[in-house]
Amino acid sequence: MKENVLKVENVTMQFGGVVAVDNLNLEVGKGEIVALIGPNGAGKTTAFNVITGVYQPTNGAVWFQGEKIVENHPQGKMKQQYKGEHAGDYAQVLAPTPDKVTRLGMARTFQNIRLWKSQTVFDNVLIAKHCRATSNVFSAAFRLNRKEEAAQRENVLELLETVGLADVKDEPATSLPYGKQRRLEIARALAAEPKLLLLDEPAAGMNPQETEELTAFIGEIRDRFHLTVFLIEHHMNLVMNISDRIYVLDFGKLIAQGDPAAIQNDKRVIDAYLGVSEDA
Amino acid sequence: MKKTVNKSAWAGLLCAAALLALVVILENVLDPNKNIMVFAALKKGAVYALVAVSMNLLNGFTGLFSLGQAGFMLLGAYTYAILTIPVSQREAVYYIYNGSAVNFSLPELFGGGAFGLVLGVVLALVLGGCVAAAVAWLIGLPVLRLKSDYLAIATLGFGEIIRAVFQWDKLGPVTNGANALKNFPTFSSFNITNGSGETVLRLSTFTAFLLAGICIAVVVLLINSTYGRAFKAIRDDEVAAEAMGINLSKHKRLAFVISSFFAGVGGGMFAMFANQAQAKTFTTAMTYEILLIVVIGGIGSVSGSCIAAFLYVAASEWWLRFLDAETFIGGFKVPLLRNGFRMVVFSVVIMIVVLFFRRGIMGDKELPDLLKKRRKEGAK
Repeated sequence: MKENVLKVENVTMQFGGVVAVDNLNLEVGKGEIVALIGPNGAGKTTAFNVITGVYQPTNGAVWFQGEKIVENHPQGKMKQQYKGEHAGDYAQVLAPTPDKVTRLGMARTFQNIRLWKSQTVFDNVLIAKHCRATSNVFSAAFRLNRKEEAAQRENVLELLETVGLADVKDEPATSLPYGKQRRLEIARALAAEPKLLLLDEPAAGMNPQETEELTAFIGEIRDRFHLTVFLIEHHMNLVMNISDRIYVLDFGKLIAQGDPAAIQNDKRVIDAYLGVSEDA
Repeated sequence: MKKTVNKSAWAGLLCAAALLALVVILENVLDPNKNIMVFAALKKGAVYALVAVSMNLLNGFTGLFSLGQAGFMLLGAYTYAILTIPVSQREAVYYIYNGSAVNFSLPELFGGGAFGLVLGVVLALVLGGCVAAAVAWLIGLPVLRLKSDYLAIATLGFGEIIRAVFQWDKLGPVTNGANALKNFPTFSSFNITNGSGETVLRLSTFTAFLLAGICIAVVVLLINSTYGRAFKAIRDDEVAAEAMGINLSKHKRLAFVISSFFAGVGGGMFAMFANQAQAKTFTTAMTYEILLIVVIGGIGSVSGSCIAAFLYVAASEWWLRFLDAETFIGGFKVPLLRNGFRMVVFSVVIMIVVLFFRRGIMGDKELPDLLKKRRKEGAK
């Protein structure tokens, strides 16, 4: 297998007595498109939140580009309550905030669109460039960073052209049709110059045609920006079309992994999630 | 695109220069003794505009609902006063405490005269801002973890505590206890006099406008910079902002500190306007006045805050004065008009504004935006 970009190692996320993610292990190789699927409430978004630093896992570690970025072990009350495995394996506590994880090179989109509502399309993408700005607040306020600012603006314009939103760049972000808002959210994530792009249900609420366009779009940006993509999705057409590999979660546990063909024929996955098609 | 940015920047500068020139002309043409109210309203308006803009930076642009503005103004006012009272006056001002613990005065350190005055006053104002900013940094560490109403209550408490501390008797040699600090350079000190003491050129209102204008310009530059955009992102959606690599605690603290800096400078200018600095003037009611200005002007609009500041000050101090005087038309005494009635009418006006014009005068638009819109419509 190719070099790992992301490695999730024995991650357990327990909220009180509820184990949302149970001993999850997965790897995403460089340049791959990997999907995480499973029924509602299986812990997919929780896994994303652990990877991006929104939640601190109860136990386990996350590696990004060969570097350990998240690590934790049960502490305090959780010592007694902990129901997972590998409790003694992780001694360190590493808990970066989401902004730090993003600056390391991981950007995400949200299940329910979270654009900055009062800003234009252009500004939405431009703000995401802020985390790559090197100027301090004085040089920024007194316009000593002109070169950087100009480069940022040019870069954003280019990006908007690539994703096909250049013609609406001065519109308010919320005035865009739904599909384009999704696209804008991806463009915003790209502006943060990630190596790994995490998409949380990018096709949620889209009609079949929009979904098809999105499928092509994800492949396109992967090639153009040399990205690795890790996505959560319920549209099986999209998942089966573009994924190199698929992980299946059910009740927080990994129940299967493999390429799309293997997953489609996996008995446990069919029982837990895919179901049997009516004409079969 | 770049050209239009430069053009609008030049247009803004030109407008500001024209406004300043107008102020100088007005000040020297109109008889100051007959128009005391006009100039008092203009000066206080300029000071309040600056403080309102600083509050808007926090409440309107970063989405942090803070009510500590009067506390930070107090810090700025006291720092300014303590650093600028002439040494010869200290005995008289601090008579209860047998003189001041601080025995120098910045304008005199710079050799006195016009040069010393300008440099000393500006430096004292900046230091006042710095003290306010430093305190903001400190209390920001615990307080900025709070959100919305909780943050408002915590900062409100801070303002009250600061006011109590500055009235503390033990600090008397520095703060003069509960008594006023006075005899420091005010806006009127900037009027140019000839040898025999006659005023040749009045620059007091001009000074207030210039100082406030420079500070507001800096805030505008900041808001339009990459940091200002990050502030707006935090206001619109904190979760998304953090996910896009914006360090929340760092940026919130930055906004809080910068806002407090300008509130501190505004406090120093308020002392210059009022000719005295006394802790009991910087009450919660003052914070509410400023909050009201921000709301009336439009949350998230700098030009709105400026316009509203002048309207508010002019209305409360000047235009509604007649309501306080008992008036007779012929032999008929107009009912209700008596001392204090002004505030009743004023409160009603404000209630109407808040009820029916909730987005304020400008909403979240700026003056140039409105002009641009009109031009676009004209082109169609």
